[in-house]
Amino acid sequence: MADLQLKTVEKVYGSGFKAVHGIDLTVEDGEFMVLVGPSGCAKSTTLRMIAGLETVTGGEIRIGDTVVNDLVPGKRGIAMVFQNYALYPHMKVRRNLSFGLKLKREPQQKIDRATNEVSGILEIEELLDRLPKQLSGGQAQRVAVGRALIKSPEVFLFDEPLSNLDAKLRASMRIRITDLHKRLRDEGRPATVIYVTHDQVEAMTMGDRICVMKDGHIMQVADPVTLYERPANAFVAGFIGMPEMNLAPAELSADGAPVITLAGQTIRIGAGLAERLTRSDGPVTFGIRPQHVEVVPPGTADALTGTIHNIEFMGHEVNLHLTIGNTNFIAVVPNDKFDHSMKRGDHAALRPNGARVHLFDPSSDQNISLGH
Amino acid sequence: MTSTSPAKMRSALTATELKLRRQQRRGAAIRYAVLLVFGLIMLYPLIWLIGASFKTNSEIFSSPSFWPKEPTLDGYINGWQTSTPYTFARFFMNSALIIIPKTIGTAISCVLVAYGFARFEFPGKRILFGTVIATLLLPNVVTRIPQYLLFRDLGWLDSFLPLWVPSAVAGDAFFVFMLIQFLRAIPRDMEEAARVDGANTLQTLVFIVVPMLMPAIISVCLFQFMWTMNDFLGPLIYVSSVENYPVSLALKLSIDTTEAFDWNQILAMSVLTLAPSLLVFFVAQKYFIEGISTGGVKG
Ligand SMILES: Nc1ncnc2c1ncn2[C@@H]1O[C@H](COP(=O)(O)OP(=O)(O)OP(=O)(O)O)[C@@H](O)[C@H]1O
Ligand SMILES: [Mg+2]
Repeated sequence: MADLQLKTVEKVYGSGFKAVHGIDLTVEDGEFMVLVGPSGCAKSTTLRMIAGLETVTGGEIRIGDTVVNDLVPGKRGIAMVFQNYALYPHMKVRRNLSFGLKLKREPQQKIDRATNEVSGILEIEELLDRLPKQLSGGQAQRVAVGRALIKSPEVFLFDEPLSNLDAKLRASMRIRITDLHKRLRDEGRPATVIYVTHDQVEAMTMGDRICVMKDGHIMQVADPVTLYERPANAFVAGFIGMPEMNLAPAELSADGAPVITLAGQTIRIGAGLAERLTRSDGPVTFGIRPQHVEVVPPGTADALTGTIHNIEFMGHEVNLHLTIGNTNFIAVVPNDKFDHSMKRGDHAALRPNGARVHLFDPSSDQNISLGH
Repeated sequence: MTSTSPAKMRSALTATELKLRRQQRRGAAIRYAVLLVFGLIMLYPLIWLIGASFKTNSEIFSSPSFWPKEPTLDGYINGWQTSTPYTFARFFMNSALIIIPKTIGTAISCVLVAYGFARFEFPGKRILFGTVIATLLLPNVVTRIPQYLLFRDLGWLDSFLPLWVPSAVAGDAFFVFMLIQFLRAIPRDMEEAARVDGANTLQTLVFIVVPMLMPAIISVCLFQFMWTMNDFLGPLIYVSSVENYPVSLALKLSIDTTEAFDWNQILAMSVLTLAPSLLVFFVAQKYFIEGISTGGVKG
């Protein structure tokens, strides 16, 4: 089993387009690392360079102690699960699973044993004699995972493996894959996993750590809780969390208790913000999650007053959309605490929980409220 | 009243339904009649050919019906013997000696070339591909004379080599082009999966690409088979001795050498010449129909 290291890895495509800008990433042995980011941020490109399906145009990729830049995919000790499953259409499931072992000229007995074991784990025994076209999406996905698992690779690579499944199946496959990872760890043969997704639910629920990417750069690498509670920059803050964090331009003055001026309204933020700040007065981007505001009557002190322009009833909670200045703010209120007499056009105010306020530098987008 | 009205409605429905169905059936009958008539018109020469091959030579010209009055195998027996020292078996053999290496060679070489063009980047690819397409556009006659001179200098005249070697080294740009188009429609994921599974380029080609490409390869073989079987000009130019004649030339032979043409023999041998093509076509037909995308990729 092995760890994985990327050192200033770059990718310039033949067309001259620079997709990956010198990224550094270390994935520990047995770790489940999720690469997440919006479409086109080079998640697939990065994964495919690790797999050896794209050439590395700069930097170094290391699996265990080996620099693999110039190794063919088959020699890197990796296995990959593709978004479209990529099962061999003319082979029965059994041969799909064993193809890699056959190429390695493993003895038939060993191949049979491995096939049985893997199909047992993934519950695909009764599918072994079917062709891929006779499988449902979820079944095909399990076979694709089986085809990776059977090789006992050092590193598993997944490229959006669940995005073609419906929501229910996706939830169950998510659990199946994390369970499999835990099970391998418990059996003493931990597998290093790199899992690409653009779905933050998958990222948050599956990853030991998450690597958030944007335009070929890494924005932050951290465990899910850190990512949520201490986002390193405004991009991560906005990308992780549902609904998105409220972000608005504001003015900070920090002599004495920190005071924020936002859309002409001035509020004091207590709760130790002063100690957290790593920069003093000036323009900032004010950030607060929709879950971390309290809806109070308009005009309440230290609250931002605005106009309600939408109310979304979600069942157990209500999303209240307010326009404050030019910015749209969302507040998530538990259903039983929500004042159902509120309607569109009414005024209401939001009081941010000071301990949960984030401030970002508007020029660098870095979080300036994480403390030292 | 209330209980009768739904029943009435139902019967009214069935009445219109019946009318619709009757109209549909009449429409279908007309369609099939038209198709049948045109089909027969198209097929008539073939039917006449088969009928006439069982007639005596004199009946061919005396009776317009395609049904022989006194069926006879004379045409087949005498036609098979030919007026040369060789039987038609020899000519079929010659045809086979051209077709078999040509078809197999075409399949292998065109797949290799198409795979290269469709899946790999290499210096000069655009120019090379342009050249392939250019030969596709070039009229055949333009290259006849240079080719003839080339094969003469190689000492290949009056052998089968000029007839199959060019095709067996991917000389038929049309087939290369056809396979490239087919390959472009197949997603690369499966090949990438095979590479991750440890297959090298050749193994990927043999174990993954060729099976997925099989319907196209079979089409290529089929076309090559039929075109070669029917090729008259090629053998006419390069094959001069009777012992090397393929069937297409041998058919003409009976016209040349006999003073009073034995048309029934010619027709009988024509029927035999058609048989292999028809047989191969019907056997391979289902691969034409069988779809290429067999479900490896969903989404
Ligand atoms: N073969 C290529 N040639 C040139 N540019 C490419 C090529 N493949 C991808 N790109 C570009 O590289 C960037 C990253 O692409 P990539 O497929 O890695 O994105 P991604 O993060 O996987 O996106 P998605 O979530 O949509 O899959 C994109 O801007 C894309 O247009
Ligand atoms: Mg992608």
